[in-house]
Amino acid sequence: MAEMDTSSGGGHKKGPGVKKGKKLSTRVDLTPMVDLGFLLITFFIFTTTMSQPTAMKLFLPKDSDSKDQNKAKESGALTILLGKDNHVFYYEGMMDNSNASSKFKSANFGNGDDGIRKEIMRKKASTIEKDLVIVIKPGADCTYKNVVDALDEMSINDVKKFALVDITDVETQLIKITEAAGTPK
Amino acid sequence: MGRPKIPRKSTSIDMTAMCDVAFLLLSFFILTTKFKPAEAIAVTTPSSVASKIAPDKDVVLVTIDPTGKIFLSMGDDKSDVSKKEALADLIMQTKQISFDKNKFAKAHFWGCSFGQLPSFLNIPEENRKGNLLSGIPTDTTKGTNEVYEWLKLVTQVYSGQKMNLLLKGDNDAKYPAFKCVIDAFKKNDLMKFQMVTNPESIPVGSELWKSNMKGLKRDE
Repeated sequence: MAEMDTSSGGGHKKGPGVKKGKKLSTRVDLTPMVDLGFLLITFFIFTTTMSQPTAMKLFLPKDSDSKDQNKAKESGALTILLGKDNHVFYYEGMMDNSNASSKFKSANFGNGDDGIRKEIMRKKASTIEKDLVIVIKPGADCTYKNVVDALDEMSINDVKKFALVDITDVETQLIKITEAAGTPK
Repeated sequence: MGRPKIPRKSTSIDMTAMCDVAFLLLSFFILTTKFKPAEAIAVTTPSSVASKIAPDKDVVLVTIDPTGKIFLSMGDDKSDVSKKEALADLIMQTKQISFDKNKFAKAHFWGCSFGQLPSFLNIPEENRKGNLLSGIPTDTTKGTNEVYEWLKLVTQVYSGQKMNLLLKGDNDAKYPAFKCVIDAFKKNDLMKFQMVTNPESIPVGSELWKSNMKGLKRDE
């Protein structure tokens, strides 16, 4: 075993009779190691694909058996409407003409206080788990990204029951009115 | 009893060899790398927290481009090629048109109505760009949601076998196009499908984040 001599502290104490140690080269040939390293690098370059796309599963309900379609309880329903330019609107329970505009609120996809996530969490905390149904209604002007984001919110907030439903004319009108009234937050 | 002192040697290593290798590799890569061919259909997928990696076998992929045009493609595996040929036969039978089966199987995607298929296949592969093509017609007002027809034939080809139905939509694609595809899926009883997304980190503090912290498995 090669040992490093640390005791002599750099002094020249060697007497004339002390034999010099055999010169051991400290040079290690690094080439094989480098080769191996680069071989590995190439291996990884060839086998790795950058950022694999992931897949989000979605199960569609059957349209045909509409008669035993479970009606959502009004108290547990939250409807999310997707408008153009990433606008989100939501209302709780049923929509009828008398209270339409007061119930209708706007939100966004952000993380902040007016983000839709806050609202979903609030709704989730205030309703019984099995009654909670979130209805996503994408408008004609919203993008695919909005829909995926909304579906993503469902998995982020662990919402078990949600539905993708067509928007009604009344709701489209409401969105138009709200958007015309001023840019929502 | 002083030990013999090992004479100090320079600690510098001869880097020439390493340099050689590095540059050899560098030049090798530079010369051999082919850039990923410009995607025929430019699609930027939205991101989601889904962590499951998209399957790449037995894939049937429906692509929605930014303008809402719809394209269909299948995997490039050996088994997929035979599926493509079977699909070609089926189309020729049911639609009473004839085209080159090999060309059909070689095409990376299909984006036209059945009627235009022969002329579509005559376009050289490199000229088949998403923005120049019409996509599979979905005009429901004319009663020709051909996406449904295409998928119907694909389902027939895959009958009894597992098929990974993927939907890859662009961020900017409008919802009606997406709805059209979903309707076509529904009509074909294809109730399970997966949407191709980019991975995204789970927001800290959300329900999903909490359950992940507890080590619960997600059912996706």
